[in-house]
Amino acid sequence: MKKSKQFWAFIGTSIAAYVIIQILINAGMLNVFYSNTLIFMAINIMLAVSLHLVIGITGQFSLGHAGFLAVGAYISAIVTMKLQLPFPVAILAAGVVATIAGLIIGIPSLRLRGDYLAIATLGFAEIIRIVFLNIEYVGGAAGMQVTHLTNWTYTFICLFLTILVIVNFTNSRHGRACISIRENEIAADAMGINTTYYKVLAFAIGAFFAGTAGALYAHNFYIIQPANFGFLKSIDILIYVVLGGLGSLSGAIVATVLLTIVSTFLQNYPETRMIIYSLVLIIVMLYRPKGLMGTMEITDYFKLWRGSKGGSKNGQ
Amino acid sequence: MEWLQQLINGISLGSIYALIALGYTMVYGIIKLINFAHGEVFMIGAFIGFYSIAGWGFGFIPALLLSMTVCAIIGVIIERVAYKRLRTATRIAALITAIGVSLLIQNGVIYMRGAQPEAYPEVLANKSYNLFGAQISSQAILILSVALVLMIILQFIVHKSKIGKAMRAVSYDSEAAKLMGINVDTTISATFAIGSALAGAAGVIFGIYYTKIDPLMGVIPGLKAFVAAVLGGIGIIPGAMVGGLVLGVVETFVSALGFSLWRDAAAFVILILILIFKPSGIFGKNTREKV
Repeated sequence: MKKSKQFWAFIGTSIAAYVIIQILINAGMLNVFYSNTLIFMAINIMLAVSLHLVIGITGQFSLGHAGFLAVGAYISAIVTMKLQLPFPVAILAAGVVATIAGLIIGIPSLRLRGDYLAIATLGFAEIIRIVFLNIEYVGGAAGMQVTHLTNWTYTFICLFLTILVIVNFTNSRHGRACISIRENEIAADAMGINTTYYKVLAFAIGAFFAGTAGALYAHNFYIIQPANFGFLKSIDILIYVVLGGLGSLSGAIVATVLLTIVSTFLQNYPETRMIIYSLVLIIVMLYRPKGLMGTMEITDYFKLWRGSKGGSKNGQ
Repeated sequence: MEWLQQLINGISLGSIYALIALGYTMVYGIIKLINFAHGEVFMIGAFIGFYSIAGWGFGFIPALLLSMTVCAIIGVIIERVAYKRLRTATRIAALITAIGVSLLIQNGVIYMRGAQPEAYPEVLANKSYNLFGAQISSQAILILSVALVLMIILQFIVHKSKIGKAMRAVSYDSEAAKLMGINVDTTISATFAIGSALAGAAGVIFGIYYTKIDPLMGVIPGLKAFVAAVLGGIGIIPGAMVGGLVLGVVETFVSALGFSLWRDAAAFVILILILIFKPSGIFGKNTREKV
C-alpha cells in the first residue's frame, strides 16, 4: 500500500510540475533561454537515468551511450526530414532502432567484464559515429538539417515515461536480478539467474531511452553532426551518473540538474567546464568511490531524518 | 611495389603505436588498470619535444631524452596522486579516475596554451632512399631505429635488471612479492616511469613524422595503442610490439585500399573481434576466473 501511495505521489507531483511550467511558458514568464535549458536538462536526465540502469543497477560499465544517442538522433531525423512522418513516430522509431543497436552491441560484448566491456562499448560507439560520418544520405561530416520540433510537452512525456519505466523495472523481480548481478555476478549466476539475459535486457532498455532522448536532442537543434556524438558526449553522461551515485536514481537526476546549470553558465568557457568536470570526477572517485549518494535515494534520507527524530512509524 | 611501400608506412606507424602500447601493457600487467591518461602523456611528450626543438634549439636526441625524462616524472606524479589510493578500489572507480585525469591534462594544456595546432620543426633533412622500388624516407628510418633501440633497452631492463625482476614478480603476484621483500610502491612507480618515458619518445617521433601536433592528438593514438595492447595480449610486452605493428599495417592497408575515412573504425572492429573471439589476445593464455 505504501508503494502505491508513493507511485501516486510521484505522478501527482510530476503532472503538477508539468502544468506549472507549461503555464509559465504560455504566459511568457520563462523566456526562450530558460525553457531551452529546461528541455536540455530533461534530455540529459533521460540519458543519465537510462545509463544509470546499465551502470548503477546492473553494474555493467558501458562507455558507449553517445552511440545510442547518435542512432536515435539520426533515425528520428531521417523519419521526420526524409520520410516526412510526424514527430511522435520519429521518437518511437528512434527508440526501437536504438534498442536493436543495443541488442547488436550487447549480445556479443556483454560476455566481457569490467574494463574490457567499457572499451568494447566505446569502440562500438566510435564505429557508429564513423558509420554516420561516411553515409552521404545523412550528410556525412557536414551534418543533417533538422527542423525544431522538440517542445516542453514532448520532452516532459518522454522524461516521465523514462523515469516511470525505469523505477518500476528496478523495483520488479527483474530489477532485483539486475542488482544481484551488480553485487556479484558469479554468485548471481550460481543462484540460477540468467545473467546474460538480464544484462542484455538492461542494456536494451537503456538503449531504448537513450534513443528517444536522441530524437528529442536532434529536434532541439537545427543541425546534427557526427562530431556531437563522440567520446566526450559519453563521458558527459557518465559524469552525471557517477557524481550522483552509482546506483542512485534520484542522485543521478540531482547531479544532472546541477551539472546542466553549471555547464549552461560556463557555455563560453568549454575548457574551464571540462577542467571542473574532470576534477570533480577525480576527487569524487578518490574520496567517495561509490559516488556522492552511493546507492541511497533521496527518499531514504527523509526516512533517516524522520527515524532519528521520532522513531519509525511502522516500528521497524 | 606499391604494397612494399605501404608495408613500410604501416611499420612506421605501427612502431609508434607499439611504443605507446608498451606503456599500457606494462601498467595493466602490474596494477590491472587501463591508464587512460597514457595518451595524454604521449601528447605532452610531443609538446615538450616541440618546445625544446623549436624554442630552445635542441637537437633531436637531446629533445628526445628531455621529453622522455619529463614524461617519466609526469607518469610517476599521476600514479602517486591519482591512482595510488585506488589500488584496492573497484575497477570501475579506477577507470573513471583515469578518464578524469586524461580530461584534466587535455583541458589543462588547452587552458594554458590554447587549442591551436603547431607545426613540428624539421630536425633532419628529408632524404629518401630507394629500396626495391619503394621509397623509404630518412624519417621512417629514424622512427624505426629509435623504436627498435628503445624496445631492446626495455627488453634488457625487464629481463636482466633488478627492477625488471621486481616488476615481473609484482605483476605475477603482488602480495607474494611484498612478502619476499620487494618494495611494491617503488616498482609500480618505476613501471609508470618507464611506460611514460616510452610514450614521450613516441610523442616526439610522431611529431617529426606527421609534422602537426595539437592538445587533443593523444586521444585517438592512445585508444589505438590500447587496441594494440589488447590485440597482442594485454600485460605481455612482446605482444604489445606485435599488436602495434599489426595494427599499423592493417590501418595503412585500409587507407591504401581507398577507405581512409574508415581507418579509425578498422582499429575498433579489430578490437571487438579480438575481444569476442580471443579476449586474451594473440599471445595470451586463458586464465580461469577465481571466485
